Amino acid sequence: MVKYISLNQIEKIYSLLEQVSDPEIPVLSVLDLGMVRDVICKEEEVEVIITPTYSGCPATDAIAFDIKLKLLENGYSKVKVTYTLTPAWTTDWMTQKGKIKLKEYGIAPPKNKTANQNNSRIHKMLFEEEDSIECPRCQSRNTVLLSQFGSTACKALHQCLDCKEAFDYFKCH
Amino acid sequence: MSQTINQTLQLADTCLILGQRNSEWCAHGPILEQDIAITNITLDLIGQARNFYQYAATLISKNENKNITEDTLAYLRTEREFKNFLICELPNGDWANTVLRQFFFSCFQLLLFEELEKNSDTQLAAIATKSIKEIKYHIKWSSEWVIRLGDGTEESNNRINNAVQQLWPYTGEFFMPADYEIISVSSLKEKWLQSIKDVFDEATLTIPQNIFMQSGGKDGVHTEHLGYVLSELQYLQRVYPGAEW
Repeated sequence: MVKYISLNQIEKIYSLLEQVSDPEIPVLSVLDLGMVRDVICKEEEVEVIITPTYSGCPATDAIAFDIKLKLLENGYSKVKVTYTLTPAWTTDWMTQKGKIKLKEYGIAPPKNKTANQNNSRIHKMLFEEEDSIECPRCQSRNTVLLSQFGSTACKALHQCLDCKEAFDYFKCH
Repeated sequence: MSQTINQTLQLADTCLILGQRNSEWCAHGPILEQDIAITNITLDLIGQARNFYQYAATLISKNENKNITEDTLAYLRTEREFKNFLICELPNGDWANTVLRQFFFSCFQLLLFEELEKNSDTQLAAIATKSIKEIKYHIKWSSEWVIRLGDGTEESNNRINNAVQQLWPYTGEFFMPADYEIISVSSLKEKWLQSIKDVFDEATLTIPQNIFMQSGGKDGVHTEHLGYVLSELQYLQRVYPGAEW
């Protein structure tokens, strides 16, 4: 028999998930990242369905572990974290709040939406650079791409030509 | 069932072995940003390999009623059981050789995964869709390097030309069908050649003609190099079976 689960219950789980952050970008919660695809409560069991960001992102396993731990600590005795690959994760799912937090943290947030755009505009032509990304420190748009591959799989490395600081850009994906 | 398992293992092995080779560049890249670039590509490849291995492990476990994991498949199989393309196991050589191999491979991988994405096997299709986003970055990066070196200095042009001579004989294997393959790979050849030609033209490079093509990797017949790759990759699990982080 499936026990009646109030909306409240699900909300409570979501508020706990809000406290689980990406170990590599601690200002972002798993909800900000858009990694949580569903929360299902059946009898005593809670199942959290997440989707990995990049295939090789080493944070994914750590995040699954942290989610489990967080729920267990808060009295949920049977917790299951499962992965789903479809639909494939995109930065379009990042929350507005998450983008603001990213910027405050010193990482330029993804600039464009990938949905409804021609793929070739997301994946630039050879030697073509991303339109200028705003420097998260001095807000200058006078910036250049140093490398499409940055300190983690999800970031590119840019430099501000005004304040001269190098900065990470969370790339559209 | 065994057809899907073999196909999945081939995809997994191919990503793993190329990832392992590329990872040898870690801390040895020509400059810091490029060191990070090649290792990021490695991370994507290993991630793709894990997705395929996990799927293969589920299928095998169900099929043979055994407890097989992704680690069993990556760490406890021998050379003859690996189905990766030969080109992936070749030594890195110089930077020109490494970026050209990545370019040849990524262009093929994109075409293959665009077909895989339409396959009725939903898990393989899902892994393909996810990987394609990553592969596009690999193609852009490696294409730019091929052009930069080909249309660069006399030295860089020599290096990339040598790489073309060395690697070309290993590109034919992409399009030679193995009996377990679920995608008609021979039909991808024309498109692949076109994408190579587009970049080669800009790089002032020419496509070699009438070259004998090596094969065997897909059926587990490898070059002498794979054993060394595996002995390093598998060392820990062979010496300390079941060791965990």
